[in-house]
Amino acid sequence: MTDSTESPDLQRRSGLRRLKEGTYGGLFAACAAATLLTTVAIFVTLLSDAVVFFQEIPIAEFLTGTNWSPNPAGGGQAFGIIPLLIGTLVVTITAAVIALPVGTLTAIYLSEYATPNARSILKPLLEILAGIPTVVYGYFALVYITPALKATLFPEMSTFNALSASIMVGIMTIPMVSSISEDAMSAVPDELRQAGYGLGATKFEVSTGIVVPASVSGIASSYILAVSRAIGETMIVVVAMGAQARMPAVREAAFGIPYINPADILLESGMTITVAMVQIAGGDLTGGTIPYDSMFALGLTLFVVTLVMNVLSDIIAERYREEY
Amino acid sequence: MSNTPTSDSLITTDVQTESTDRSAVSGATAVAARDLNVYYGDEQAIDDVSIEIPEKRVTALIGPSGCGKSTFLRCINRMNDMIDVCRVEGDVEFGGKNVYDDDVDPVALRRKIGMVFQKPNPFPKSIRDNVAYGLEIQGFDGDVDARVEESLKGAALWDEVKDQLDSSGLDLSGGQQQRLCIARAIAPDPEVILMDEPTSALDPVAASKIEDLIDDLAEEYTVIIVTHNMQQAARISDRTAVFLTGGRLVEYDDTTKIFEDPEEQRVEDYITGKFG
Ligand SMILES: Nc1ncnc2c1ncn2[C@@H]1O[C@H](COP(=O)(O)OP(=O)(O)O)[C@@H](O)[C@H]1O
Ligand SMILES: [Mg+2]
Repeated sequence: MTDSTESPDLQRRSGLRRLKEGTYGGLFAACAAATLLTTVAIFVTLLSDAVVFFQEIPIAEFLTGTNWSPNPAGGGQAFGIIPLLIGTLVVTITAAVIALPVGTLTAIYLSEYATPNARSILKPLLEILAGIPTVVYGYFALVYITPALKATLFPEMSTFNALSASIMVGIMTIPMVSSISEDAMSAVPDELRQAGYGLGATKFEVSTGIVVPASVSGIASSYILAVSRAIGETMIVVVAMGAQARMPAVREAAFGIPYINPADILLESGMTITVAMVQIAGGDLTGGTIPYDSMFALGLTLFVVTLVMNVLSDIIAERYREEY
Repeated sequence: MSNTPTSDSLITTDVQTESTDRSAVSGATAVAARDLNVYYGDEQAIDDVSIEIPEKRVTALIGPSGCGKSTFLRCINRMNDMIDVCRVEGDVEFGGKNVYDDDVDPVALRRKIGMVFQKPNPFPKSIRDNVAYGLEIQGFDGDVDARVEESLKGAALWDEVKDQLDSSGLDLSGGQQQRLCIARAIAPDPEVILMDEPTSALDPVAASKIEDLIDDLAEEYTVIIVTHNMQQAARISDRTAVFLTGGRLVEYDDTTKIFEDPEEQRVEDYITGKFG
């Protein structure tokens, strides 16, 4: 230590230090602003180009039309989004049916059951799974899953089909669900588990009755993220599901009740909203044509769907929240 | 060091050592340990402890921190099973059975022995669901609401929460949360209640409410309480066990005897605050 009689220097630093502080603050604010601005810019672009599209094709026709053929060879252009919505919905629901339960159970295993050793091997493995480029998943579905399903369960399945693509999208999103859910479960204080065990709860009862309810907000956000990811997934779908915008056949059950056989959708090729957009963007269309503008209408639809889902799940999470 | 204990030097002032009519020594044994040794890896936490804890009495475990009080408590309901490095040798008898026998299910055991922890730890659920949790997992088929009410009354909390049974247990104050935890522990009607420093995270007023409650609980339950607060042990317990460093049970007797005329010099030194 130096001379101890010297009084501490409490003088306000002028100039450089304050300038530096101000610069840091400005820098952080600029980054935050850039993110916000990008989001707003995307939304405005989507909206303004979609408006141009809707001047040509009425919204009602777009939302209820059952035929999507933006670039037909012979003429007879149509911009009905229903077949694309069906494709997107089927992929998303099927993927969710796989990813949400498997991901949640994986998270429970990792957080509550796995030994530290098992966890230290499994967690990085899952992270690797999350890092594989989706085109690889797509080829895996096309080259392994489809032939396997064809050879066993569904001989009549087409080479490009919704089922294989959906399974693969589901598998791709499992790590997202498991890793975020596991973080939420690990954050549950150990005292709550102790309280459960002290009352004679089994490990299963503690996991499902105490830990899961206490981390429901985190689990819900992992679901939202996974489902949003499934809605937006493009590469797997292009490769494994093909790109045929088709409507499933409406059949008639007893008493003339109409129904759709899920096999008509799952075992056949189909098209999702994102694939339709890729197809248009990949074509040699330039701005100003209706098919080009339809891309923005599709984008806006996706945006709205995702937004509604986010809001809904926020409400649900808020309702069932158990905070500690 | 003084050689003759004067009663002034002991903590008897301000403390009425047990005014209830529970005579401390008579009665059956609820829990007994025989030649109990506990190790965490190579480190010994309990050193050859034998003790008989009477039924429907309050037994206090006191001693400096790290002397193995919590470890001993967790041996009784086998909560130590969950600590990988923990190894238990010897017997802990409950209901005429060694709880460490192979055919004893720790889950079934814990349903008969409730536990209250140092830090109030209500579940992030409603007050009702907190109390009902133990009943639920134990497949209780009686009137749950009646039992919830009874338990909350037993924990001296009913009047304060009867109009807000559906609000979260976490909205309560610390003292109320701890009484909620006591209600949760007594709801399944255990025989023994273990408490590990239940008031150390509470303010004095809340703590004294819990102390009054413990006195009432002993009418129906065997209460074994760890405390590092000697006045508290003197106030609420019938029997006191003094543990000292190394996990040794140094003296175990009626609370009055321990606080007024302990046999062991080390115990006297500890109680008078000369060390620990
Ligand atoms: N989970 C554990 N792992 C390893 N050592 C432990 C563990 N819990 C307690 N110990 C050790 O056992 C001894 C007794 O601890 P404890 O029973 O908590 O004492 P007390 O409750 O009297 O303060 C201490 O030396 C402590 O470090
Ligand atoms: Mg302790």
